[in-house]
Amino acid sequence: MARKIMFKDAINEAMRLEMERDEKVILLGLDVAGAAGTDQPRDAWGGVLGVSKGLYPLFPDRVIDTPISESAYIGAAVGASACGMRAIGELMFSDFMGVCFDQLYNQAAKFRYMFGGKAVTPVTIRTMIGAGFSAAAQHSQSPYSMFAHVPGMKCIIPSNPYDAKGLLAASIEDDDPCVFFEHKALYTMKGEVPEEHYTIPLGKANIVQEGKDVTIVALARMVQFAEKAAKKLAKDGIECTIIDPRTISPMDWNAIYSSVEKTGRLVVVDESYDLCGVASDVCGHVAQNVFGALKAAPQMVTAPFVPTPFASNLEAAYLPDANKIEAAVRKTME
Amino acid sequence: MKAQLSKEDLLKAYRKMREIREFEDRVHVEFAKGTLPGFVHLYSGEEAVAVGVCEHLNDLDRIASTHRGHGHCIAKGVELEGMMAEIYGKKTGTCGGKGGSMHIADLDKGMMGANGIVGAGPPLIAGAALASKLRKDGSVGVVFFGDGASNQGTNFESMNFAVTLDLPMIFVLENNGYAESTSPKYSAKVGSDNIADRARGFGMPAVTVDGNDFFAVYEAAGEAIERARKGGGPTFIECKTMRYFGHFEGDAQTYRPKDEVKGARANDCPLKRFAAAVTSAGLVEAAELEAIDKSVLDQVEKAVKAAEAAPQPDLDALMADVYVSY
Repeated sequence: MARKIMFKDAINEAMRLEMERDEKVILLGLDVAGAAGTDQPRDAWGGVLGVSKGLYPLFPDRVIDTPISESAYIGAAVGASACGMRAIGELMFSDFMGVCFDQLYNQAAKFRYMFGGKAVTPVTIRTMIGAGFSAAAQHSQSPYSMFAHVPGMKCIIPSNPYDAKGLLAASIEDDDPCVFFEHKALYTMKGEVPEEHYTIPLGKANIVQEGKDVTIVALARMVQFAEKAAKKLAKDGIECTIIDPRTISPMDWNAIYSSVEKTGRLVVVDESYDLCGVASDVCGHVAQNVFGALKAAPQMVTAPFVPTPFASNLEAAYLPDANKIEAAVRKTME
Repeated sequence: MKAQLSKEDLLKAYRKMREIREFEDRVHVEFAKGTLPGFVHLYSGEEAVAVGVCEHLNDLDRIASTHRGHGHCIAKGVELEGMMAEIYGKKTGTCGGKGGSMHIADLDKGMMGANGIVGAGPPLIAGAALASKLRKDGSVGVVFFGDGASNQGTNFESMNFAVTLDLPMIFVLENNGYAESTSPKYSAKVGSDNIADRARGFGMPAVTVDGNDFFAVYEAAGEAIERARKGGGPTFIECKTMRYFGHFEGDAQTYRPKDEVKGARANDCPLKRFAAAVTSAGLVEAAELEAIDKSVLDQVEKAVKAAEAAPQPDLDALMADVYVSY
């Protein structure tokens, strides 16, 4: 059995191994090492939550602290990657996309197409998502659908330490721009992770469990809530398949369609919103492509269409959870 | 400075400037006929800036350009025929007809693209310069941008970033006096006279030069690029120049004084000034320049004819090249 490590350590290990394997891999971001320009030792933080801790001492030239200047350093990560490097840009919170988004959606994502297939921009943007810490409206969002909406960027959303390591390695090695979303509530989740280098293909869903009655599609932290709900439903004889797409661009449509063809019922769980989001998109694609297999209306379990609230009771009410998933599954069984 | 340039260099620089002028003037004519698709922004009048800088660069050096990008492309060595075909939206274009005037790029030539977003270039070239620094190959990154883009946060952020990381990067501001139709006198308190004053505040050398004087640009760029290659960090060069056409083709230009362009074409044209300087110094014969003029006219004519005759992209191209793999 492989050793168990935390999600954030799996991410750290993926970066370390990629930097060992390829000297073109660099990491840029605010406090990715820390203490720059002070009299104190560097690597003071190793990222705001310590995810890149320990990398600076190993790769002092390639772990680069930047000013709080997202347009400049995310853009520089893109530019360096278009010039032969393989940059990882850490956009601390995905909520901060607004201060640098042009460099991703108008630049990195479009170079290859606009330039007639000649550009290669292997940049990876690592960024945090997720509510649950009373971090309120500007530090809790999961805005990956805004990234996934743009052709040219891949969107990766791991739900456990094993996937985090393999998907991040695949993202860094991938020749397209990748945005890697890390749910901050998962950072301390422990799981079995091999010590050696490995990759998980981008665009291949993980079938977390199989059951004949209902297909639950869930992302990131929602996967464990779906598992909890499924366990409870199993006691009543309702058997759930849980699909973790792991990447929403590319999306593994075949995995979802073939499961719905077996179960005839679909529940999509997303911590983000229903409007123009992953949940509505999955329901729409399923309705268009495997409508004949449906035995009940697909259900969406998402956050309500409001900014993330601060007060803990409101935030708890805002988040999808196992009870809400269970209720949605039961509704498809009525 | 003139003396440092061989006759061959002088003729090459003149040819590049002439290529830009004739290319742009011809696009102006063709666009007026209504045969060209999309938006076109022309570089005529600013030739000495692109060529004065790019004469110092090789294919390893990266530049980023603007919506007014044809001049930078030509100066950096992108082929005219491919460019013209791209502007026509043809299969044979530099980008297969999928980029158009605002997105011509040739990465093999170190040309990272014209850009439809004002102020998008500085962060990208900061990254190119970071790559140069890490590779220690002596290459540099040069970003061209206008007086309008000088007010973008991306530019301020990139100046600070380049100084912080001591990057081999050159900021080349083409101050043509109009951000679309707005003057720097309106959009800047610090920098209304010389926008370079702002750059000095970030702690980098900054100069303002006559952007219609090839030799002034060449000298300032040479110094900045040499410093950057040797690890001396970024430099800001403001080039005062003038565009001879509107912001875009079709712009009625009511914001400009009457005869402003006519006067500039007569008295401050970078090509005329270059020709006068090199012939009066006895470095080049007038006939040699005239031979270039004729050759470039033929070259542009050939490019237009080839572009007109070329096919549009195959429909398969619609779905191709969004990703390397997907």
